[in-house]
Amino acid sequence: MMRINARTLPLLATLGVFILLYALCAIQYPAMLSSRVIGNLLTDNAFLGVLAVGMTFVILSGGIDLSVGAVMGFTTIALAVMIEGAGLHPLTSFTIVLVGGALFGCGIGAAIHWLKAPPFIVTLTAMFLARGAALLLSTDSIPVRHEFYQTLSGLSLSLPGGGRLGLIALLMLLAFVAGGVLLHFTRAGLKVYALGGNARFAGLMGIDTARTTILVYGVSSTMAALAGIIFSLYTRSGYALTGVGVELDAIAAVVIGGTLLSGGVGGMAGSLIGVLIQGLILTWITFDGSLSSWWTKIAIGMLLFIFIGLQRLILQFSAPTGRTG
Amino acid sequence: MADRAALLLAARGLTRTYPGVRALDGVDLTLRTGEIHALLGENGAGKSTLINLLTGAQPMEAGSIQLDGRDVRPRSPADATASGIVAVYQEITLLPNLSVAENIYLGREPTRFGLVDRARMRRDGATLLSRFGLSIDPAQPLSAFSTAVQQLIAIARAVDMSARVLILDEPTASLDSAEVAVLFRVMRELAGSGMAVLFVTHFLDQVYAVTDRITVLRGGKLVGERRTADLPRLDLVAMMLGKLPSGDGHLQRHAAREPGAPFINVKGLGKRHLVAPFSAEIRQGDVLGVAGLLGSGRTETALLLFGAERADSGQIVVDGEPVTLKGPRDAIRLGFGFCPEDRKLDGIVPDLSIRENIVLALQARQGWMKRLPLARQRELADTFIKLLNIRTPDAEKPIQLLSGGNQQKALLARWLATNPRLLILDEPTRGIDVGAHAEIILLLEKLRDEGMALYVISSEVEEVAAYADRVMVMRERRQAGMLTGGDVTPAAIIDAIVTPVEMPPSGRAA
Repeated sequence: MMRINARTLPLLATLGVFILLYALCAIQYPAMLSSRVIGNLLTDNAFLGVLAVGMTFVILSGGIDLSVGAVMGFTTIALAVMIEGAGLHPLTSFTIVLVGGALFGCGIGAAIHWLKAPPFIVTLTAMFLARGAALLLSTDSIPVRHEFYQTLSGLSLSLPGGGRLGLIALLMLLAFVAGGVLLHFTRAGLKVYALGGNARFAGLMGIDTARTTILVYGVSSTMAALAGIIFSLYTRSGYALTGVGVELDAIAAVVIGGTLLSGGVGGMAGSLIGVLIQGLILTWITFDGSLSSWWTKIAIGMLLFIFIGLQRLILQFSAPTGRTG
Repeated sequence: MADRAALLLAARGLTRTYPGVRALDGVDLTLRTGEIHALLGENGAGKSTLINLLTGAQPMEAGSIQLDGRDVRPRSPADATASGIVAVYQEITLLPNLSVAENIYLGREPTRFGLVDRARMRRDGATLLSRFGLSIDPAQPLSAFSTAVQQLIAIARAVDMSARVLILDEPTASLDSAEVAVLFRVMRELAGSGMAVLFVTHFLDQVYAVTDRITVLRGGKLVGERRTADLPRLDLVAMMLGKLPSGDGHLQRHAAREPGAPFINVKGLGKRHLVAPFSAEIRQGDVLGVAGLLGSGRTETALLLFGAERADSGQIVVDGEPVTLKGPRDAIRLGFGFCPEDRKLDGIVPDLSIRENIVLALQARQGWMKRLPLARQRELADTFIKLLNIRTPDAEKPIQLLSGGNQQKALLARWLATNPRLLILDEPTRGIDVGAHAEIILLLEKLRDEGMALYVISSEVEEVAAYADRVMVMRERRQAGMLTGGDVTPAAIIDAIVTPVEMPPSGRAA
């Protein structure tokens, strides 16, 4: 049933690259096969994974969301202020930031649709707003010492071999599963693809493009808020300058995962692999010990370049040639 | 056969105005159960507007639509679909990134437990497509299929959404003859099942091959409705292009004038798949009219002459010297100018001011480094606004705010500013109101008298007959005749358009 065509080829290529990379790492450092490393890979990149889930929706719809890093940063500092400053319970605070994130994203989507403004500009504006608001709350890094945080960080799933899958890794995997179901198995998900294929045609075919755009950016900002919660749990602190530039890592993960930047083609599974490839490169550099971690950026840059070239080639060769009659 | 059939759709007095133009003026359309009905007319006749009103893509200003005896007033395409009117366009408005099944059921997917039931979509899609003679796997992406198959899929989707009236807008424009035959079979089957099919095309052979009745529009007005079998081709073309009402004053044919000095000689210029080689001589102060139906190759001759398409045969001789045109820049350097047919698409830059639009070609010829001084630009713009009587408070208004006729005049000004020796005009009077119409014709005559050579493509035969010294007639992408002197009459032009060329028939028509 799984056919190899223009749609599945990029995903297979990504999977191939991941397996190849992992094999190379494992040959050099057999310890990288341990479940401890795998557990850490998922935990350390949980926030990025959650951002990539939202970004997958946005890019598939033909848009871009530059605000997610700033929304994540705002969330961490807002949580710290609410929990430490105002004495709210973390669960109450989580609810507030998730709802707030959703509303913020819906606002972005509404502005993009009704002002007919390019997503790049609208989300750039949103990025400045969120980052500015975060710095307004506090310019300091505020530690979160609430005991509930201790409890949550203690929660984990033991993996065979001594590794642990922490709560935040589980949250990320859950986000991927939920996002995947929404995207691939519901009417709403098909509308996202339709919008990314051609917004005008989608409208002509009876798709409510306004609602779909709002949904897409609502999901993206909600995921950014969730990433903020995860990062807050991960670092047990809040800092307004958290996540500067991570929106670009998320976009890179989605594109490496086989989703076309022009929209309409791709999927959720690829984005997870895209995140893991980035994490893997970072882990390898950590194992090596002698390389600067900035080499990660160079490797990601090269990978992106290769994947974009690959996608262009695939598009060219998969275009219908001639008539079938 | 469709004569006694029940009335299915009765549209009466449909009217729609755009700024400066009455696009549709009190038009009636009647469709009967089981008939295939052709809707014909040249560009700007109002076909698209009529379709837009029927499908609710645009609101109607006046008129009524009755479907099965009940009043309908579609407010959106979705609304029209719900009441049973659905349109499929030449441009396939499906999504190439989705599967065939997803395209068919988008917006109304079958679900199970809240999730999209892909297996059922695939099954139902296969069943539906088999009715249209397509045995393909609906799980394949749409982009894997040819235009013809995609067109049939679009029709399948439309019909599956319970259509009573199916509008096909130029569906055959990009199909070959075998594909057209398949489409016709499907159209006949759909009509046979009790639908009405409104078929918009500019291929007259196809009209006679498949339709029962014909409605002709011209200039936003209804010319008439006839049974296809009772309407000879010559009469049909006359209906589409219009005949000069006798005694119409302002379109008097000029007396024969002294031929001007030799200027351009086109010898067997042609390009495969675009237009067959054609030859023409254009003298200074000469108007060469180019007549033909839509799709006859008339615009393509201008593209070759202007270098916008590179010819692969023949040559152009200017002032006795053979020239090669590598692109429009070469043509502009020789003193050629070109006002294209679709102002919005190829001509005006809507957000720029009238002044900026006017100086564009002159600036381009000068090179971008040597900017025309603002004062000179203002002077040019004001001169032409006055000369051509462009109705605007000042030259700094965005050109998109002007009416169609005034935009056309500004475009003319753009080329006149370069003081061309040959001006190519593609449908200079299309889609503009009657007053502007007459002004533009007077202007053309003035330019000609000043010695400019004009190459005017027009579907208004009586106009062409009035101002052209010679008329080249195009048919099926071939030169079908060259009328000169006393032969330049509306009747002779229509005759040449209709008479088949003595050559092997082109493969396009079914």
